[in-house]
Amino acid sequence: MSNIEETEEKIPYKKTSLSKKDKKNAAIYLTPSLLGVLLFFVIPFFVVIFYSLVDNPINKEFVFFDNYINIVQNSSFQQAAKNTATFSFVAVPLAVILSLGMAILLEQNIPMRSQFRTFFLSPMMVPVASIVLIWQVLFEYHGVVNEWLAVFGIEPVDWFKSSYSQIVIVILFLWKNLGYNMILFMAALNAIPRDVLEVATLDSASSFQIFWYIKLRYLSPTILFVGILSLINSFKVFREVYLLTGDYPYDTLYMLQHFMNNTFRSLDYQKLSSGAILMALVMVVVIGILFFVENKFGKDVEG
Amino acid sequence: MQSVTHIFKKILLTFVASVFAISFLLPTILTVANSFMSQQEISSNYGVIFNQYGETEYGERNTDYVSEKVNLKFIPDMVDVSQYSTVLLKSPEYLMKFWNSVILVVPIVIVQIVIALGAAYSFTRFRGRLREIIFFLYVALMLMPFQVTLVPNYLVADWLHILDTRWSILLPGFFAPFSVYLLTKFMRRIPESLIEAAQLDGASEWQIFTRICIPLCKGAIASVAILLFIDYWNMVEQPLIMLSDVDMHPLSVFLSQINTGEVGIAFAIATIYMIPTILIFLYGEEYLVDGISYSGSVKG
Repeated sequence: MSNIEETEEKIPYKKTSLSKKDKKNAAIYLTPSLLGVLLFFVIPFFVVIFYSLVDNPINKEFVFFDNYINIVQNSSFQQAAKNTATFSFVAVPLAVILSLGMAILLEQNIPMRSQFRTFFLSPMMVPVASIVLIWQVLFEYHGVVNEWLAVFGIEPVDWFKSSYSQIVIVILFLWKNLGYNMILFMAALNAIPRDVLEVATLDSASSFQIFWYIKLRYLSPTILFVGILSLINSFKVFREVYLLTGDYPYDTLYMLQHFMNNTFRSLDYQKLSSGAILMALVMVVVIGILFFVENKFGKDVEG
Repeated sequence: MQSVTHIFKKILLTFVASVFAISFLLPTILTVANSFMSQQEISSNYGVIFNQYGETEYGERNTDYVSEKVNLKFIPDMVDVSQYSTVLLKSPEYLMKFWNSVILVVPIVIVQIVIALGAAYSFTRFRGRLREIIFFLYVALMLMPFQVTLVPNYLVADWLHILDTRWSILLPGFFAPFSVYLLTKFMRRIPESLIEAAQLDGASEWQIFTRICIPLCKGAIASVAILLFIDYWNMVEQPLIMLSDVDMHPLSVFLSQINTGEVGIAFAIATIYMIPTILIFLYGEEYLVDGISYSGSVKG
């Protein structure tokens, strides 16, 4: 983000026109990577687009948008899209706010700051597969969380098989992702020019004013970046759900990747390809916003 | 008075941080603690939870168990390493799964970085419109979720007849764009003057690449390697789609399918599975933090 990058943006680079030899050299170093990307991602992606527009891979008769209409009307797909959207809607704001809070907390004058950073970051290192057992112990119907709730007189909740089930996954998602976001915020906080903060202090601004009027302004590009990154990560939450509940989880936990996996099993190319393309379109919009925001806000704060 | 509120604030903040820290550490600690309990202790603690699957599948619950309680314990009654000895000595299939994870993850980390170093060098040294477009393609691809990338990957694997072999996961992993992106961002920090000086001294592109850029990127390579390792060590989606042969599945997938009667062993395996990533974390936390800090933008 612009704050972190400020120093590197300032390194001037000359727009020299490349000689033929230079161009050849440039190509040589990029070739292995580019060939692989073309072969494994880009070319087959165009084939996927083609498959999404024909009736089947053997007949190859164009049906235009029929596959898309079918998949949008498919109730499993609707359910999966709705669940994924609901999850993102809840998890992303929490991920941004809590990780920003953690980063600010570690900026304060408290003991053992570097240890706390290590602790906050540690879930990132723990494979999800390793802690699903404990998650089951905690959230099962007879599990620990229900016992704690019983102390307050709250009826036990069937966490994995009720409308509350997304909460369990949100908690797991936050547990795993907050550390990463926190580091991004810490880097951004560090990049705020010291003299600006010093001047504000000399002008006897309160620490709340400094946070609200100065820090938040410098952080705004990072907040957007972390938000979009969390949104992208929230689309990947299938992994956690699968490890906890398997192929066919409770209705509200049925995610888009479940839909894709189960479609892979029947190798329904029309469903698979049109599903992938729809998802890609959504992602292109999200990524487009990300680039737009970076270009706009990045300059705004620097200038 | 000022100092009293100051101290009070400090205590309050430390308390908040501690609450966070405990909730972040708790699941990991509990998993490790449970792995040192004997099978009997595990059954008596968690029998309520894990037995019911065996008896009623997904249907109604066995109400006999409702009165029983789950005991969540931090410290085993008696430290018992029998789960570990079962895993390590008596059941080679678990070690095989661990090995499956290793031979999928280690080659991907190494080859992806080697290929990416070249690409990052190219993106660093040579600029222009075409370069911006290709770099944008890489970033967009990096951000795509598996729902999008697995279908193309599957098609290619099918054409190449490598489905159900490890190559169907390895090859797309070798060319995945994440390291290209991050290494490019690091390499761009190398001062232009340094490279120009080398050119004036008559260094070839290859010499600039191997003698200047790569040595200056050592820290970056460590960061990328750590981030890649964590990511692929966690892999679930690719093996589920690409490998129908369960014997080739990595431990991450296998752990979720472990028989519920063997919960004690599962805790031991879960713990063994965390060891590599935790060691890497303890050894390379600073590199990890650097790597994350640099990922904070999509701009090349």
